[in-house]
Amino acid sequence: MKALDAEVVVIGAGVVGSAIAKELSGYRLSVLMVEARPDIGDATSKANTAILHTGFDASPGSLESRLVARGYGLLRDYAGRVGIPIEDTGALLVAWDDEQLSVLPKLQAKATANGYDATQIVDADAVYARVPALGPGALGGLLVPGESIICPWTTNLAYATEAVRAGVQLRRNWPVERIEVNDQVTTVHGPAGDMTCRWVINAAGLGADRIDAMFGYERFAIVPRKGELLVFDKNARALAPVIVLPVPSAKGKGVLISPTIFGNVMLGPTSQNITDRTDTATTVDGIEFLRRKGMSLMPELMMEEVTAMYAGLRASTQHDDFIIEADSAQRYVVAGGIRSTGLTASLAIAEHIVVLLNEAGLRLRARQDLPGPMRMPNLGEGFMRPYRDEQRIAADARYGDIVCFCERVSLGEIHDAFASDIPPVDLDGLRRRTRAVMGRCQGFYCGARVQQLLDQCAGERP
Amino acid sequence: MTARSGDLHVDVAIIGGGPAGLSAATHLRAAGVGDVLIIEREHQAGGIPRHSQHTGYGIRDLHRVLNGPAYAAELVARAEACGARILTGAMATGWSGPLSLDVTSPSGVYRVHARAVIIATGARERPRTARMVAGDRPSGVYTTGQLQNATAIWGQHPGSRAVIVGAELVSWSAVMTLRHHRCHVALMTTQYARAESYAAMTLPGRLLLGVRVATRTQVVQIIGKDRVQAVRITHLDSGKSALVPCDTVVFTGDWIADNELARAHEVAVDPASSGIIVDAGLRTSSAGVFAIGNVVHPVDTADVAALDGVHVAAQVADFLHHQSWATAPVELQAAGALRWVSPGRIDPSGPAPARSRLLGWGSTVLRTPTITVEQGGICLSRQKLAWPMSPGRAFRMPWSILANVHPSRGPATITVA
Repeated sequence: MKALDAEVVVIGAGVVGSAIAKELSGYRLSVLMVEARPDIGDATSKANTAILHTGFDASPGSLESRLVARGYGLLRDYAGRVGIPIEDTGALLVAWDDEQLSVLPKLQAKATANGYDATQIVDADAVYARVPALGPGALGGLLVPGESIICPWTTNLAYATEAVRAGVQLRRNWPVERIEVNDQVTTVHGPAGDMTCRWVINAAGLGADRIDAMFGYERFAIVPRKGELLVFDKNARALAPVIVLPVPSAKGKGVLISPTIFGNVMLGPTSQNITDRTDTATTVDGIEFLRRKGMSLMPELMMEEVTAMYAGLRASTQHDDFIIEADSAQRYVVAGGIRSTGLTASLAIAEHIVVLLNEAGLRLRARQDLPGPMRMPNLGEGFMRPYRDEQRIAADARYGDIVCFCERVSLGEIHDAFASDIPPVDLDGLRRRTRAVMGRCQGFYCGARVQQLLDQCAGERP
Repeated sequence: MTARSGDLHVDVAIIGGGPAGLSAATHLRAAGVGDVLIIEREHQAGGIPRHSQHTGYGIRDLHRVLNGPAYAAELVARAEACGARILTGAMATGWSGPLSLDVTSPSGVYRVHARAVIIATGARERPRTARMVAGDRPSGVYTTGQLQNATAIWGQHPGSRAVIVGAELVSWSAVMTLRHHRCHVALMTTQYARAESYAAMTLPGRLLLGVRVATRTQVVQIIGKDRVQAVRITHLDSGKSALVPCDTVVFTGDWIADNELARAHEVAVDPASSGIIVDAGLRTSSAGVFAIGNVVHPVDTADVAALDGVHVAAQVADFLHHQSWATAPVELQAAGALRWVSPGRIDPSGPAPARSRLLGWGSTVLRTPTITVEQGGICLSRQKLAWPMSPGRAFRMPWSILANVHPSRGPATITVA
């Protein structure tokens, strides 16, 4: 028999697929990760609210609740090891009417049922003491000290980088069209070619139901839920010292205001079910909705400039939980319906899938020959960045050559991104790896030079 | 230079080497100030004119007519000839003391300690995101600055069919750049009932450049996954919308002062203009910190910015000599069709501002604007001007309208109607 292309094919290189590939790379088997988009983390994973959740408001007893709680600790440890920036800001749920106020004790009880008992109900004075810029009318709140902000891009990239360094083969621009399951071999077909494997793991995010259907399932249907977000200028950062969360109520979920790890403030998301899985455009109505919400939540914030606007698609399904199941007969595992909590849960999802694979008969033996520890470039504003690092600049002048003024991204960091294990292929990818052109001027000063570097460095690659 | 220790001591640190900063350096040196350092984050000093190929620079300050790059080069040459030091590729990233700056450059991280600081960081155009224009995020979306930087400095090419958002002076500059690169301008849009720049620009613009200007119109959506394919425009009065096919969109004008360093130092900024609030001597709210050019008045022409540099030199020299810093007693407020006014504080008994002009920005076109000055409920002066107000360019008012302002009767209000 012809040798297989890989023992396991992971479909999807978002934060979940990359976490799975990274986890599997610790065992003695060959892994191939395919991604339909031009880059890893280029769909749902790139556009979320970037919060490391405690899982306090999950449905108690659900798989999501368990994996978010477990993933929270795992990701914290991992982030510390590889240098993913996290800031422990804490969150404050703010009640704006009596109904929301009456929900707070129930939320607190829910948190306890989820194993999180650090929440605290506070009165209006305490709410304004923590977030003085809030608009008038707050009646009280619930403090959730463990909620934190994290860099979602570095997380995804760190997983994928570690996987690739450990020997996982990554194929970008590799959409899957058809899957053929035979007794011993599964063949995955796409416009870019075929690949054979023993096992398939479906972490296809917005496409997970379609891949699932290729195995004959009709377990779930993805309903993309569009969430539009506004990101405000760094001058606004002091207005949002904590994550300000809405209290879920009969009137809908409401929007949050959160500091970002890059030093901005984020307002959103909207929530709208759509049909087109590629529609990540912001809308006139969505922006107007956020503008109105912002005016009542934090009027001062609306005085600041908007630095970025984007829309993310959440892979919601008709079910209220993650769908993670193994089919040993078809040598197939699905990780579907992973919503915004997937970032926090990612490492626990990967760990859970290893257990499922073992149970389903894939013998996993730990490797002893893994590459040494790695360190990711820091994109967090609260941590040492190259432009401030005297020793680094003394050792290599390129770190003192600031290309993107607004985000203070140096030439050294841009060169590093192109020399990395998974180099960017477009401006968006470079932005996620370095923050270049992500700032307030949106390219007024540096757009042309960054484009030049992109053309030059992308051209130099084999 | 004490580069080894990372500390640099100078008399005056100027942040930004554009027309304002370069002129200030030249005239400070001419006034006998010893050590003048310009901190310029670009690799070449000169500011925006470096990539503005058209002519018309240098009229008011150099009494010559030059194109942008030649003007920039001339200002750099003059500053260097006078013995000012220009540190290029060096960015002031923050403050480490009242008059001390953190500076990053390829040659190291410095703390620059000055006896006086001049902020001359200029202004930028409001980009698409800050205008909250909905839609996809394709390539082909520019500001004039990025477009001209890309074409003039880096030899990049725009697309073949453009929509220009705005009809200010700078918008016509974008038109000329695009035409030079054989990019057809399909449409110019302005939310105003008339193009914002004067007929002097708009009429020849329309006749010679053949550009259609859609007034009372707003671009509300950008369409295209990888490259722009079209924009959706909406008429502000009728609400009717239409798609305009294009592969390039240039957001022009609608200026924001680059006030980040000022705000990081708690230097007062006018929320109406985003500019730094100064008095007639270009003093900010922070002792020893001056501000000049378009970071004060976003924006006036390069030569007006440069003349701020001339004006500030004597003020800085005087401060270095006497070490006295007083807050001008009277706050100026803008009203009516006047969005903002600069200087924002004045001392009626003190010297006049640069060019003896007040600068402001209008929210509408007025052919013969009337300026009224009031203080404490009393009308101090009323004057009809012989020149128009237009929302696409700075509005200049004579200093003499403030002749009767009293130092201790509270804020004075300037109303333009």
